[in-house]
Order: sequence, then structure tokens, then C-alpha cells
Amino acid sequence: MNMMSEAAVEKALDKKMNDMSYKMIGSDVSVYYGEKRALFDVNLNVRENTVTALIGPSGCGKSTFLRTLNRMNDTIEGCRVTGKITLDGDDVYDKEIDVVELRARVGMVFQKPNPFPKSIYENIAYGPRIHGLARNKADMDQIVEASLQRAGLWTEVKDRLHEGGTGLSGGQQQRLCIARAVAVSPEVILMDEPCSALDPIATAKVEELIHELRANYTIVIVTHSMQQAARVSQRTAMFHLGQLVEENDTDKMFTNPDDQRTQDYIMGRFG
Amino acid sequence: MTDVVSSPAGVLDKPARRDIGIKRRYRAERRFRAYGIAALSFGLLFLALLLWSVVSKGYTAFQQTMITVPVEFSEQIIDKDNERATDPQKLMTANYPIVARNAVAKALGVAENDTAGLRAVNQMISNGVRGQLRDMVVANPQIIGTTQTVSLLAAGDIDSAWKGQINLDVSEDNRKISDQQVGWMKQLAEAGALGKHLNGGIFVNGNSSRPEAAGVGVALIGSFYMMLIVLVLSLPIGVAASIYLEEFAPKNRLTDLIEVNINNLAAVPSIVYGLLGLAVFINFMDLPRSASLVGGLVLTLMTLPTIIIATRAALKAVPPSIRAAALGLGASKMQTIFHHVLPLAMPGILTGTIIGLAHALGETAPLLLIGMVAFVANYPTTPMDPSTALPVQIYMWANEAERAFVERTSGAIIILLLFLIVMNVGAILLRRRFERRW
Repeated sequence: MNMMSEAAVEKALDKKMNDMSYKMIGSDVSVYYGEKRALFDVNLNVRENTVTALIGPSGCGKSTFLRTLNRMNDTIEGCRVTGKITLDGDDVYDKEIDVVELRARVGMVFQKPNPFPKSIYENIAYGPRIHGLARNKADMDQIVEASLQRAGLWTEVKDRLHEGGTGLSGGQQQRLCIARAVAVSPEVILMDEPCSALDPIATAKVEELIHELRANYTIVIVTHSMQQAARVSQRTAMFHLGQLVEENDTDKMFTNPDDQRTQDYIMGRFG
Repeated sequence: MTDVVSSPAGVLDKPARRDIGIKRRYRAERRFRAYGIAALSFGLLFLALLLWSVVSKGYTAFQQTMITVPVEFSEQIIDKDNERATDPQKLMTANYPIVARNAVAKALGVAENDTAGLRAVNQMISNGVRGQLRDMVVANPQIIGTTQTVSLLAAGDIDSAWKGQINLDVSEDNRKISDQQVGWMKQLAEAGALGKHLNGGIFVNGNSSRPEAAGVGVALIGSFYMMLIVLVLSLPIGVAASIYLEEFAPKNRLTDLIEVNINNLAAVPSIVYGLLGLAVFINFMDLPRSASLVGGLVLTLMTLPTIIIATRAALKAVPPSIRAAALGLGASKMQTIFHHVLPLAMPGILTGTIIGLAHALGETAPLLLIGMVAFVANYPTTPMDPSTALPVQIYMWANEAERAFVERTSGAIIILLLFLIVMNVGAILLRRRFERRW
């Protein structure tokens, strides 16, 4: 792939993004943890084949919003979600939608790398196996290889696929987790501060990976690092005290934000 | 800051170092370590005392004094009228003790018409020889009429005397064996006919009122049946209950109440479980008394809280990130638990189970109430048959009067402790085998 074609791909992607094809639409989303309200009527849309960064100070609700997108909040005792979230027009909180199927379509990568204490191969193969995506061993081998390729980990681990996934370095573990998420062919990948436990070199690799994944997936990433948001995302949403302050093109957000609070946060005046 | 301003000299002098109690802290630490070492030594001392007392008293139980003499299987005594072909009972009911007595009397040179002497000789051999010789003859009737060299069980008192456990210096009237018998004992020993042999009987024989013929065989079978029942019932029930409580049950008043009750049940005195078993299994459900089935059920009830508590702790200890990872991939709750959480919790569950089983193996009180404290000489073929258990056997032997039962009590304790050690080693090995780092 030469520079021209890559630029062309970028352009095509940006065009697609600007066509306003929303992959997920959140309208009036509020989340309560017991009595405490964590999100206040958030309206945020996620565009297809776009990296959307969620930024904001700690406790602002950005992770909470992320976790409503694949209903990971369901696992928290006393958590209640109101409003509407759609994936390709289907309400994800509808009784008709099966949460297992939803999570197969909306994958997730967590803050701390959390590979299963199994072999690298088994880590990747688990998702496809429970969803019946591989008909035979050869299929599975192919999925594992493709997923590791996508996550840029194949060359590093191809000779030790059957060694423990927990024996990898932190950055490799996180990429393994991304490969694991990719293996079930999701449409959207949610990333909750995926680089906060990694060193700068590993972070750079993961960021590069996010950039490449954009071609095939819709990505929503929560990050504490302004620079990271600026580097990897096309759209940025700023949260503060459970409210969506501003959502805009990343370029505009970091140069000329509409809201004073965004400006203050980006300049490091609070948060 | 104000200090520095108010005394300018202090700025130039090296300020005196504050006393922040370093020495005091180190002293406290040394004291604490000393307490710890003292406590540990105290514990080890008592453990050593316990083991020494049990082993020093009990090791002789694994030896048995026997009298090895040529035994003439006289047809005159066993089957005078040659009826054994027609009456199979003949060989079962023959007077084998006379055969044994005559053999020993002959070796000692006691005349056949010396009635008092023959009675004294008879006291030297165990009544257990009846079974011993009968088994030989029934297995091979051809030996009738021949002479075979047989190691006959010595009587319990001779056994104790030969092991030096009876004080022979006291007056003859105050001990159970006479000077004449002591003399014969020495005479036989010099001829090489009397000596200590490995006592296999203690492992395989049923209970007996004669210490030399008593063994823990029935108790072992009973304990084995009970452990099997406890394992088969309490492991699945306990693990299923824990998984439900830990992973599925809503957190509300009811589940809180259940949790508190499970924790309390683990601390309920075991004899209460015995009463429960008596009321429910024997009186209400009409199950047989003294059966290892009932014992197993009672011990299951007693072990369940232990297993549930251990399993819940093990499930709780599985990092939430593993659950999140599986759920995030679209695994259902059930798949998350059975594919990821349970395997990781397995070492803890197995350890808890084996500790619970070991506890159940050593439990005596509830078994007394359901009638397992019975004199059982015959092997139970099914868990429905009367049986006894190792700790109950120990309890019963400890109540016996004969000197020879003292060593057998300790011997049975050694057997019980060996089983406990084996189970604990098993627990450690299983934990190692299943342990995974994450």
C-alpha cells in the first residue's frame, strides 16, 4: 500500500464519516447508580468508521456512557439506565435485543489488560467458539491468525501461540485483548482507557492499531490523555459532571472549542 | 518557620535531630517477633507431644505376639464321624480351640490328663484361633489328619506381657497371667516358637472383644462409605448453592439472612447435627440405625456450610476483570461462570472440600447419636448395613478395660491421622495442579 492509496482511503473514510451515517445514537441517556445520578440526559451519536474519543475529568461519566453502549452496566448491582440507545436503529435496551448478541456486535477492551489465564490461541479462539463462528479447526486457525494480524501481534507471537497469554508484556497483552475483541467480528469496539496501564512505546503501538482498525470498525475510546484523543480520534466528546459539554470534530475541539469549559479543560485549568 | 525566625542561632547550628521514636519502634517490633516465635514454639511443642504420645503408645499395635507351633489337624477332634461330605456345617462348628490348645500343650510338654495345666495353656492362646484354623480347614479340607506349622494368635494378656506392658514383678494374685504362664512364655520364646509378627489383622479385622483379634476393618469400610456419600452429595450441592448465591441471587434481605445462617451453621456443634439426623433420617424417614448411609447424610449436612463458605470465598477471589472480559466478548453469564470463573476458583473449592471431608472423617459426636457406636464384627456389604467409623472405633476401644486395647486405641489413632495426612497432601497437590496465575 503506497502513500497515495492510504491517503485515498483516509479521504474515503472521512467522506463516509461526514455522510452522517450514525452507527449508534444515544438520546437522553441517563444513568443512575442506586440513588446517585451519574449521567444527565446525554445526547451523543457515534459515527460509523470513526474513532470517537470521550474525554473529561475523573468521575465525569465518560466510562459510564461507554459501558451503556454494550450494556456492561447491567452487571452492576443497582444500576439503571433511561433514555434510548440504538445500534443501527435497534434499541439496545429493548427486551427483544439479547445482551449476548449485542456484546458480540459491540466488543470491549478494558483499562487493564485482562487476558484469560489460558494460551494465546485459546484467548482468541474463545469468542468465535462460543458464537460458533468457526466450522472446523482450520477455520479457527484462520480466525486466530487474522485477528492477531489485525492487532499487529502475529509476528511477535506466532511461534508461541500455545503459551500463556498472561506471560506477554503489558502492551502485548492489551493488543491480545484487542485481537480477542476483533476475533468475534464486532461492528463497534469500545475501549476504556486502553493505554492507561501501558508505557509510551506500547501506547504508540496501540494508538497506531486503533488508527488502522478504524477502516473496519467503529471505535469509541475513553481517554484521560488529551494528546491521545487528539492523535487517534476524529470526533471528540467532552463530559463534565455527568453532562455532555460539547461534541465536535477533534481538530476543532482542540483548537477552537465552542464551550468555555472545554477550553479550560484542554488548557489544563481544571480536571 | 516561626522557630527559625525567633532564634537566628538555630539557622547556623545543625539542628538537633528530632526524637521520632525509632528505637522504640524497633523494640516494639522485636517484642512482637518474640511473641510470635514463642507462640509458634508453644504450638509445635504440643504437636510434638501429641504425636510422641500417640506414636510411642501406638506403634506396638502393629505388632502381634504369635505362637508358632506344629498343629495336628486331628480328625478325631474336627470330624470324628467323618460327616464333612454330607454336613457342610460340620467344618464350621468343629472345636478348633482344642486343636490349637493341644498343639501348644504338646510343644510345652503338658500332659494330656493335666486338666489345670491344659486350662492354663488354653488361656495363652486367643479365641481368635477358632476362626484362624477354621478358615484354613474350610479352604483346604485335605489338611485334616496332617500336621501343619501355624502361627497362632497369642492371647491379649500374653501379647501385653511379651511386649513388656504388664508389670510381672507384682504378686501373682494381682495380675492376669500366672507365673507358670510366664515361664511357658519364656520357654516358647527360647525355642523360637513365640515372637512378634506384623499385625495385619488390625487393618482388616472387624471389632472384637478380644484385643488380639480386634481391627479397624469395619470402621475403615464404614468411614469410606461415609466419605463417599459426603463427597458425592456435598460437593455438587455445595458448589451449586455457592454459585447461585454468589453469582445469580439478588442481594436482598432474604439472601442476607441465608448467608448469615450458613455462616452460623458452620459453627453449630456437631452433636446437634446428630440429633437432627436421628430425628429426620431415622425417626421420620425410617432409615436403618447404625448405617453408614445415615452417617454420611448427617456428615453431609455438617460439611455443606464449610464447602459453601470456601467455595464462595474462592469465587469472590476470581478477579472481576476476568468476568468483564468474558461478558464483553458476549459470553452468557452461565458461560462466563463455567468457562472462566469456576476453573479459576477450583483450587479453593477443592481445598475447602478436602478440609471439610477431613473434618467429617474425624467427626465422632453425631455418629454416636445415630447408633454408629455399635459393636460390629461383620463387614458391611452396602451403606445400608450396620457399620462403625474410625473415630467411633477409637472412642469404643478407649473405653475397653484390657491393657492390650490401650495400644490398639493409639494404633487406630495413627491410622486415622495417616488418612488425614493423605487427604491434606491430596488437597495441596490438587491446589498446585489447578493453580493458575493471572
